Formats: sequence, structure tokens, C-alpha cells
Amino acid sequence: MQEPILEIIHLKKVFRHIEAVKDVSFSVHRGTCFGLLGPNGAGKTTSMEVIEDISPQTAGEILYKGRPRNESFREEIGIQFQRTSLLNFLSVKETLISFHKLFHNPENMDELIDRCDLSSIINRQNTTLSGGQQQRLMLALALINKPDLVFLDEPSTGLDPQSRRNLWEIVEGIKREGKTIIMTTHSMEEAEFLCDEIAIMDGGMIIAQGSPKSLINTHCHGSTILLPRYALGMDIQDLPFSWRIRDDMIEIDTDNIHQGLTRMLDLNIELSEMLVRSGNLEDVFLRLTGKQLRD
Amino acid sequence: MSFQRIWAMFVARNYEFFRDKAAFGWNFAFPFLIIIGFSIMFGHQDQKQFKIGIFPVDSPSSAFSQGTVPASLQTSKQLDFVTFPNQKEGEEKLRHYKIDLLLDRNSTTHAYWINEASPNGYLAEQIFLASFLSKDQPVAAKQVVHGEQIRYVDWFFPGVMAMNMMFSALWGVGFVVVRYRKNGTLKRLKATPLTAFEYLTAQMISRIFLLMFTLCVVWFGSNLIFHFQIHGSYLLVFFLFFLGGLNLCGMGLVLAARGTSEEFASGVLNIISWPMMFLSEVWFSLDGAPKWVRTSAEIFPLAHLLQAVRKVMNDGAGFAAVQNDVAFLGISTVVFLLIAAAIFSWNE
Repeated sequence: MQEPILEIIHLKKVFRHIEAVKDVSFSVHRGTCFGLLGPNGAGKTTSMEVIEDISPQTAGEILYKGRPRNESFREEIGIQFQRTSLLNFLSVKETLISFHKLFHNPENMDELIDRCDLSSIINRQNTTLSGGQQQRLMLALALINKPDLVFLDEPSTGLDPQSRRNLWEIVEGIKREGKTIIMTTHSMEEAEFLCDEIAIMDGGMIIAQGSPKSLINTHCHGSTILLPRYALGMDIQDLPFSWRIRDDMIEIDTDNIHQGLTRMLDLNIELSEMLVRSGNLEDVFLRLTGKQLRD
Repeated sequence: MSFQRIWAMFVARNYEFFRDKAAFGWNFAFPFLIIIGFSIMFGHQDQKQFKIGIFPVDSPSSAFSQGTVPASLQTSKQLDFVTFPNQKEGEEKLRHYKIDLLLDRNSTTHAYWINEASPNGYLAEQIFLASFLSKDQPVAAKQVVHGEQIRYVDWFFPGVMAMNMMFSALWGVGFVVVRYRKNGTLKRLKATPLTAFEYLTAQMISRIFLLMFTLCVVWFGSNLIFHFQIHGSYLLVFFLFFLGGLNLCGMGLVLAARGTSEEFASGVLNIISWPMMFLSEVWFSLDGAPKWVRTSAEIFPLAHLLQAVRKVMNDGAGFAAVQNDVAFLGISTVVFLLIAAAIFSWNE
């Protein structure tokens, strides 16, 4: 594996009396997509903003290409923020031109417009864009300086399935060019699809890290049986499995599918509408971070 | 420092201003309306200074015929006569400063009333009493100043332009920067190589460009109506407004260097702008005000801007006569910009 492009060593961030990030360490290798997952308030965005040099760290070290970040760091990174705004009364084209001039070695404008599919909205004012169009423009701004390292903070939030798929294709294209991506997301499907490595954060710390496959294998080695709620025929509290309810379905976890099904037949549970699936990243996430609501 | 980055931000900000039609229109309409309004209200040569009430009469002419009002006052350009049906109504107006002196038409001893709390009342009383002096009694030797008059509008115009500049600079720079910080626009810009100094310089240059553009358009438009009398150099007047505008933009940047609350920013801008406006002789001269008030006014850039511009416009002064004001404005502009760049925060 190539040398890390980014090394985060014992990173800590305190806001007055709130310890938002506690001793976080990880490395990101060139040409990979690294995902930071976690429930709301886990410290993902704070960690990203500290690494991006948008806000200063309280403690710890951040090495970019083996050295502390210097003035050239801003020339070599691209950022798509979770929440941001653009200058009013400017068209998409004027916005791109304004940002284009802020960098020494910008991307070819036509290629950027083509890649982010902006040609049909190029003369529209920023304020008239839909959510998906705005995200594409924000992504174009993040790529305008041909960055080596791209930060994407919840890039698909609020997008419809078509826009999300379109965004994924663009991100895949960035990866193919050998650029490094660090992203946060609440979409486990997105993380599984795009990320080569994932760190799951909770309470300001990394609680698990690895490739999506290794995380699933480590934390979710069994299968999940899905049953309609009405098929249970008994008090759910008496169920001798780990379970959770989603919509009208009960999801039952079992390490051994044969033993699990035998036990359920013994309990006279109706299995005619049963579905079985193997564990996924969402199962890992819920197992590690719990099911309680977060702010 | 990159001039390309400054230029990019300058152009973007100008697009915003010129396309925001409401703000753009108001920047021109506001000074124009003030100048027209005030010149209509206060620009008349026959404006009366004091109001004399008379009771009980229907019209001043009937009181004049009875000799209630001394003959020398009847034709005075400074006096306006108002009639009342009875003493009570006249006293009511006197108490509320609506008139300065009240006369009784039927009094054989020329009885009169004044409100002792009213400065105008005292002066009206002195004029009234002086009218009883005999004509051949020498009071003082009258001398007349010769030369071109300075009309009220010539004195007032620089004040309105400077005031418009102040509001446009403080709000157009200060308030906008706070709004951009709040909605995350500044954070987006921080993710680029743009430095605080470059960004603030671009904001300042953009605003001064717009201020000078507004000044020229309003000046040209107003001049078509009022034909201003400029006794000094146009170029020097333009330079002084340019420097003053830069200074006020710099002050706006300092006030907006931190914070994300538009309400708080608005409060701070009001606290600065209103005293500055009243103590800088925008509306009225501070001659006669206590010394400490005049000394305090010297801390305001607007006061130096107006002093200098009026010296050039009204008195025909040259650069040497305004160099202290120029130095004050120049040095404080640099100080404002350096402070703003040093304490500037991109995000919340």
C-alpha cells in the first residue's frame, strides 16, 4: 500500500467545556476513499473541519504528505461543506469563474462543467438551483483546483435517488483519477458503495475501523431473518434472539441460520413470508452505536 | 498577496450590488430625496425665524392697524405673525414652543408673554423691546459682508453625501460581512487560498468604487437642479470623499471582524453611526456647542471628512488647508484595515 497522504495523530477538539473530539487517530492512503460514519453529534464534522484547517485543533497532530499542513495545503485540497452558502446574485458560471481565480493551478472550466453536469444550468442564478443542482455546483467548487485530497461532508444529504446516483458516479470518477477522498455520510449504502475504508465514530472517538467487508465480517458474522410482525404469534420480548423492528418487519439476528430457523420452528413462528439476508454495514453501525435516538 | 484573488472578489461583490435592484436604487434615491426635501424646507430666502402670536384677532392686518405690533416689526423678514381667538389658545402654543412671543391686541401697555425655557423666546423678546427704541438713538454701527453668499444647499450637500457614504460603508461592508459569516459564505471562502487581508481589501475597494459611483451620479443629478458653487478644486473634493469613503469602509470592517449576529451588528453600527452623524456637523454646525462636544467630535472620521470638504467647497481652500484632516483619514484607514485583518474571523 502507498504511503498515507494524511495522518491524524491523537486529535482532540474542545469547544469551551464540550469535548467534541477525543483522541482520534487514523491514516488515509493515497487514492482511497475514507469514510467517517457516526450518529449525529459523534464528532464527524468537527473532525473534518479541524483536518481541513477550517477550525484549529485543541491538541494532536495532522500530517499532510508526511509534514504539518502549510500554506500550500489550501491549494491542494477541495472541500464540499455540509452547510454553506454562496454569493448572492451570481450565476453558476460567474461563481465558478470567481473561485477559479482564487487558485494558482485551476481545473479546465469546460471539463469541470462537463464532469459535474452543469452545462444546462450554467447561466442560472445560484439561488434558483434545486438541491441536487446546488450539490453539483458545490462539488464543482471542491474540484476546481484539481485537488489531491477531497473532503465531502454528507454530500448526498437531501438528494433524490437519481441525484444521489449521479453524485456517486462523479465521486467514482474522482477516485479513478487517483485522488484521495474523505467523506462523512449517514447513508450506509453510500459508504458501502464508495468507501475503501471506514471509521465509525461515537462520542468523539473512533470505535471501529476497517474496510466495509472486514467491518461486516467482524461485527456481523451471522444472518438476519426478516419477518412480518403479525407472523410472530408470541410476545416479542420472549424472542430468544437479538432483534429490532423496522417499519412492519422484525429483524432477527442469528449467528447460525440453520439453528436459528430450527429454533423458530420449535416456537411455532410462521415462516412462510420469511426473508433472509446477510449482515450489512447498517447492522454493524446499529450494533456499535446502539439504537437510541441522537440529537 | 494576490491581486487576481482581490480582483475576483471585487468583481463578485460588484455583481451582487448592481443586481440587487432594491439596494442599488435606494443608494441613489436616498441622498437625492434628502437633498431635495431639505432644500425645499429650508432653502427659501424668505424663511421666517420667529413666530409672534396675537390675540384676540382674526388676521394680523387688523392688529397692525391698531398699533399692537410696532411698525418696524410689521415688515420684518424674520417674523411671522399668527393669530388666536383668545389668550388661552395663545398661551397653549407658547408653552409648547409653537410660537416665540404672544401679544395682546387690546393691551394699551403692550403686554406680552414669553416662555422662559425657550431660547427663541428670549431673542424674540429682545427684538420686540428693541422696536420701542427711538430711531435716532445709535445702538451699533452696521457693516455688511460683501461677496458671494454660501447657500444653505451648498453647505448642506456635502453633509448629505458624507452621511450617505457613512451608512452605505458601515452597513454595506459591516452588515454584509456578518451575514456572510452567519450563512457560511465566508467559511466556503476560507477553504481557498484567499487571505483575510485580500478578502477585506476586495470588500473595501468594491464598496469605495460603488460609493464614488453613487457620489458622481447623485452629484451630477443634484447639480442639474441646484447648480452647486464649488470654490475650490473638484479634484480635491473628489479625493477627500474617496479617502473618507475608504476610511468609513475600514471602520465597517473592524466592526464586522467578528460575530455572527446580524441584530448585534446592527446595534453596534447604530451606536457608532448616529453619534458620528450628529457630532460631525452633517445637519447643523457645532459652533456654539460646548468645547468638550467639539473636541469629542474630532475622533470621528466623518467630522474630518466634512470639515475638509466644506473648506474646499465653500471656502475655496487648497490641499495645505486640509492636510491635517487628510492625514487623520489616511492614517486611521490603514489602522482600521490592519486591525480588521488581524482580528478577522471567517467562521462562527
